[in-house]
Amino acid sequence: MYRIVRKEILNPQVKLLEIEAPYVARKAEPGQFIILRVNKEGERVPFTIADFDREKGTVTIIFQEVGATTQLLGQLNEGDEVEDFCGPLGVASHFEGVKKAAVIGGGLGTAIAYPQAKKLHSMGVSVDAITGFRNKDLIILEKEMAAVSDRLIITTDDGSNGTKGFVSDILKKLLVEGANYDVVIAIGPPIMMKVVCDVTRPYGIKTIVSLNPIMVDGTGMCGGCRVTVGGQIKFACVDGPDFDGHEVDFTELMRRLSMYKDSEKASVERHKCRLEGVVNG
Amino acid sequence: MANMSLKKVPIPEQDPKVRSKNFDEVALGYTEEMAVEEAKRCLNCKHKPCVSGCPVNVQIPEFISLIADGRFEEAYEKIIETNSLPAVCGRVCPQETQCEEKCVRGIKGEPVGIGRLERFAADWAMSNTKRTYKKVSKNGKKVAIVGSGPAGLSCAGDLIKMGYDVTIFEAFHLAGGVLVYGIPEFRLPKSLVQKEIETLLEQGVEIKTNMVIGKVLTIDEIFEEGYSAVFIGSGAGLPSFMHIPGENLNGVYSANEFLTRINLMKAYKEDAETPVMRGRSVAVIGGGNVAMDAARCALRLGADNVYIVYRRSEAEMPARLEEIHHAKEEGIIFKLLTNPTKILGDDKGWVKGMECVEMELGEPDASGRRRPIAKSGSEHVVDVDTVIIAIGTSPNPLIRSTTPDLATNKWGCIIADEQTGRTSKEGVFAGGDAVTGSATVILAMGAGKKAAKAIDEYIKSKN
Ligand SMILES: Cc1cc2nc3c(=O)[nH]c(=O)nc-3n(C[C@H](O)[C@H](O)[C@H](O)COP(=O)(O)OP(=O)(O)OC[C@H]3O[C@@H](n4cnc5c(N)ncnc54)[C@H](O)[C@@H]3O)c2cc1C
Ligand SMILES: Cc1cc2nc3c(=O)[nH]c(=O)nc-3n(C[C@H](O)[C@H](O)[C@H](O)COP(=O)(O)OP(=O)(O)OC[C@H]3O[C@@H](n4cnc5c(N)ncnc54)[C@H](O)[C@@H]3O)c2cc1C
Ligand code: FES
Repeated sequence: MYRIVRKEILNPQVKLLEIEAPYVARKAEPGQFIILRVNKEGERVPFTIADFDREKGTVTIIFQEVGATTQLLGQLNEGDEVEDFCGPLGVASHFEGVKKAAVIGGGLGTAIAYPQAKKLHSMGVSVDAITGFRNKDLIILEKEMAAVSDRLIITTDDGSNGTKGFVSDILKKLLVEGANYDVVIAIGPPIMMKVVCDVTRPYGIKTIVSLNPIMVDGTGMCGGCRVTVGGQIKFACVDGPDFDGHEVDFTELMRRLSMYKDSEKASVERHKCRLEGVVNG
Repeated sequence: MANMSLKKVPIPEQDPKVRSKNFDEVALGYTEEMAVEEAKRCLNCKHKPCVSGCPVNVQIPEFISLIADGRFEEAYEKIIETNSLPAVCGRVCPQETQCEEKCVRGIKGEPVGIGRLERFAADWAMSNTKRTYKKVSKNGKKVAIVGSGPAGLSCAGDLIKMGYDVTIFEAFHLAGGVLVYGIPEFRLPKSLVQKEIETLLEQGVEIKTNMVIGKVLTIDEIFEEGYSAVFIGSGAGLPSFMHIPGENLNGVYSANEFLTRINLMKAYKEDAETPVMRGRSVAVIGGGNVAMDAARCALRLGADNVYIVYRRSEAEMPARLEEIHHAKEEGIIFKLLTNPTKILGDDKGWVKGMECVEMELGEPDASGRRRPIAKSGSEHVVDVDTVIIAIGTSPNPLIRSTTPDLATNKWGCIIADEQTGRTSKEGVFAGGDAVTGSATVILAMGAGKKAAKAIDEYIKSKN
């Protein structure tokens, strides 16, 4: 069992949990992830390591409530425990030789991009961070991102924070204005990553994306997480999750992510019934 | 007086029509009377040919004559002198190519039902006796075991009895290896595997789950934690794909993924959190136990048609005879001498069919089996919405890629001495599928036992 030592609500759908997992904390690196199960019947679900504290022996995850498991996780409080917490999994990000980087987070992707920005910043790399949200109420990690970047641009789809547009629009503007980067890191919904890759391609800027296919074990034993990169099958859990975005087949990724739509809906309904059952009697 | 019937005493089984809709165990096991009657078919041969067919040398005629005498507990004790997982082996060993193949009664008629009797003795002991353990004095040395499949479990079982502190590191959230994630409930009830694992826990073995060695700790870091030796029993869990067009369509699974969702994550239960696709028409590619298990699971999830698509003929199928027989009884359709060339998708990217060619057998290949060759012009499409690929697995690279001084062969298998499990790295032993590639439960168990003995000798030699 793994104890929750801190909980924060970052916006109505996004929560942060700091969890005691000393073995994982000792080895964790930016770019890696964990797989947890909330309880004995739970599904195995992956989350990026948003932060870690080797001395305290804790690992932080930031997640969005999108379905049954994440909603269940969202109900846990400080002092509660999760059943399983396995990691660190996946390959750590490598940034050797990078001097100037753009780190782009789309929505919740900001939480996944944050540890990478932090690492780059600590290596002395100049970081432009661009984060985007649907509206100003959904903005997360503003302070944290500002602390690890030389320049932070936050944009909203509806312009409610004063800047309107998608993260890809902002990046394009910067590039047109003459910004140049050794690497662009783009993390967010697949469609956003795809569009960012389309923006950087003509400039020949290396673009790293973090892929989030459906996973089971996270150790390379099921192949459920397979993605096509440069025409070859890769297992995102062991070969990634970071890949060269210009090589990724995003259409396939999006299609595979929708494989269990119907049973996911049923699962949320079931949980709702149970919760309401508890409340009503 | 020996029972001279040419046939084994039949084992009660669930009716195929009923069992193809549930996940309960297929074979129900002998009653005491049936076991005694079958045991009396054994001629108690002096030269014991059957024992030479058993990879761990179970004293077969001895335990069978104890059953014939109604001394069931002693029969069980006799088996576990050499086999620590009899309830498992009695159910899943390929007896027809091991002990029973050598049985004299098999020359004319059916061999003695050694597997069924082994299972009987184990099940009888489980429900009628309480296991007690001799108190062993601890020797203060720690041994680490990577992986909790049959190899790791049997190695742990022997080392704990020798007085070592034993810690098993398991990547999954649950111990048992293929016994819990691969082999389905209807063939090997999970409660039984759980009992075997509890036996180890009661004796003091520590199991640390969620520990992916190579990631959370390397082999060298395990030594830094004060362990005197490490046994690697990490299995052969990396699934092979066919590299044909359409393999990434929605509805294509590796057998590992399909079976893990069903067995480990319990996706066959209506209210399970983990989903699995319930196909209407399912093709399983391959001819081994894994393929049979996947096909029979798909059927139980409600498929109308389930095909086994295998490129050679039935004679070359590596699956246990009993599984092939059970699969046919349940209505699985065997498409033999057939090889898939392409998986077809609809405009939304879901599987809608599979293109295959017919094969014929040519000259024997390196494996001694006749090589299948495609017949030209035999292309045809099979109507399926789910495809499960069960063409084999190889060892996962996580450990070898983080342990540079551990020698492996070109298939990624760890190179280890057959008698001792000793590897190229000092203090590191290995056995089971991680060394041999996919093999059997009994071979993995045997390797774990041999390594336990060698580890004991190694540690003593260091003092
Ligand atoms: C490497 C990796 C890192 C991730 N990091 C984060 C993170 O830091 N924060 C965060 O909020 N989310 C993250 N995700 C996504 C997160 O795992 C899913 O949101 C979660 O599994 C949804 O589960 P659910 O039961 O709540 O929703 P469901 O209703 O079951 O599913 C909602 C959607 O989530 C996806 N999903 C479902 N099951 C899985 C699964 N087993 N593995 C992966 N995706 C799945 C599917 O696209 C699905 O349509 C990450 C995914 C991966 C693969
Ligand atoms: C579906 C199926 C059906 C089968 N049917 C039969 C049958 O009927 N009869 C028969 O004799 N054999 C059968 N087999 C084969 C048999 O199950 C295997 O040969 C046997 O389980 C091998 O045992 P093992 O201990 O070497 O490995 P496994 O049982 O594979 O166990 C290895 C364990 O190590 C863990 N592990 C892997 N990597 C790491 C790591 N890096 N760190 C920590 N832990 C790790 C795995 O999670 C797993 O729990 C079947 C196999 C399958 C897949
Ligand atoms: S999640 Fe199973 S192989 Fe990647």
